[in-house]
Amino acid sequence: MTTALSVNALCKSFGGLRVTAEVNLNVAPGERRLIIGPNGAGKTTLFNLITGELTPDSGSIHLFDRDITRVASRKRAHLGMARTYQIITLFPQDTILRNVMLALLGLSPLRWSPLKPFDRQHHLVELASAALTRVGLDHIAHRPLSQTSYGERRRVEIAMALAQNPKLLLLDEPFAGLSIDERRDVQKLLLAIPRDVTIVMIEHNMDVALEFAEKITLLHFGEVIVEGTRTEVVDNPRTREVYLGE
Amino acid sequence: MTGKRIALALALLALATVPYWMPGTYYVNVMSQILFFAIFALGINVLVGHAGLVSLGHAGLFGVASYVVAIVVAAGWGHAAAIVISLVVTMIVTAGFAVLSLRAIGIGFLMITLALGQILWGLAYRWISLTNGDNGLNIATRPAPFGIALTSASAFYYATLLIFLLSVVMAAVFANSPFGASLRGTRDQPRRMNALGYHVFMIRFYACMFSGLLSAMSGILFVYYNQFISPQALALTSSAEVILMVISGGSGTLLGPIVGAALVVIMKNVASAYIVRWNLVLGAIFVTIVIFMPEGLVPGVVRLWKAGWAALRGQPAVRTSAPSPGAHG
Repeated sequence: MTTALSVNALCKSFGGLRVTAEVNLNVAPGERRLIIGPNGAGKTTLFNLITGELTPDSGSIHLFDRDITRVASRKRAHLGMARTYQIITLFPQDTILRNVMLALLGLSPLRWSPLKPFDRQHHLVELASAALTRVGLDHIAHRPLSQTSYGERRRVEIAMALAQNPKLLLLDEPFAGLSIDERRDVQKLLLAIPRDVTIVMIEHNMDVALEFAEKITLLHFGEVIVEGTRTEVVDNPRTREVYLGE
Repeated sequence: MTGKRIALALALLALATVPYWMPGTYYVNVMSQILFFAIFALGINVLVGHAGLVSLGHAGLFGVASYVVAIVVAAGWGHAAAIVISLVVTMIVTAGFAVLSLRAIGIGFLMITLALGQILWGLAYRWISLTNGDNGLNIATRPAPFGIALTSASAFYYATLLIFLLSVVMAAVFANSPFGASLRGTRDQPRRMNALGYHVFMIRFYACMFSGLLSAMSGILFVYYNQFISPQALALTSSAEVILMVISGGSGTLLGPIVGAALVVIMKNVASAYIVRWNLVLGAIFVTIVIFMPEGLVPGVVRLWKAGWAALRGQPAVRTSAPSPGAHG
């Protein structure tokens, strides 16, 4: 059976500290998977391994049955993988529109062109505007990013990822630091993402995350200790012991 | 016609008529120097302003271009061949420079470029059989493109002006292109750019090559202007001086490096005739710029102009930050 993302016996150590220990993960196409775990459990490290920002010591990663373990990070974006960051990583000197245009440009051969004017690439402008409409930011597309709120920046991050039309979207704590209203907006936005996009999300905010997730993986000290449906994981005593509390 | 276009037209008119209104040949020569050092500063600006990479070795590339011209001409080849060979050799050296120095960023990049620049300076100084060491190399003649001799100050100025305008257009087109946007992206968020599918190393590599090309063009004009080249042109102080031009004028802008080049060249060639300790004055000017206009002279003046205009119209003064690099000029 085809999997969108398959991680097999993945290991990573920083010196003597083992941060990812024999992690196995199989995410079906279209699935919404939630990765949870206490701070330091190795969730973001796992994302960094999947996106290629870190090289695993052993194990393998497959994207839609293609082995990408040794594929360069930038090439994974071209294969349909997009991500957002826990700490917002955008281009503050540009407008919101240009931030999204940069995301689109990353997958276009046009990125090497030193001759054509960037701002006059109408097809990029249209696609970027469409992505901003999806996240409800089209009305402030020309606003400098430095003049936007934290919640708007979170949505810009998601717009940039969606603009790349990914097959697999990795969201690293998309609700972190958001107000209740902003959280609701982002939640609506994520629920509206079509099923041809597989989503793996790290999140601590269980109220919003549980509503979103179909399957949950609990990491602890770099190991998968519980995996299953929402009910199975929430009801598991190990989950209560290491993460949710009694 | 917008104000910007009127200003551009007036600037072009002023530049095109320099030999007619400048009081003497000496000042026409100073203008030539401003223009070819501005080309060099535009080259450095690609790295400092758009890529966020401060190079202290670019005088080495500038010097390689100059030395190759002098050596090839001395070997009996024509000027056209000397210029082409000089560009090719400098681009090859730049590629080597880039591959070695782009293994690091920040201080690491700065130190590697400094070391490479010093190696080139050392070669110019010590490889006496090729470079004539500290005595330098002379070129007896200047080129005569299309039969026009560049021997007079005016003729050389116009040739320099043409190449300067070409460089400005190249730098402007580059800054506003998708590649320019990608380069600034690698300056601000290299990790994010990598995740978005960009080849960060290659983008920086091509930026180094473009920077090297402008440095080479400047070096060729320099050697023909002086009809002489010595290791002094490759010294660390030369690299530092051009970085000062870029930073004082406004890095990441088109006009900033040109204004910075004018400031330094005028201080060196004009103010030094009247002020014995002109270096002290130049230093004081730089300190003043850094304190009051940390973004550089051009963006700083734009900011103060806007603030002053807003105050005159009775609007609250808005503290504008340094403009987006490449966005104006």
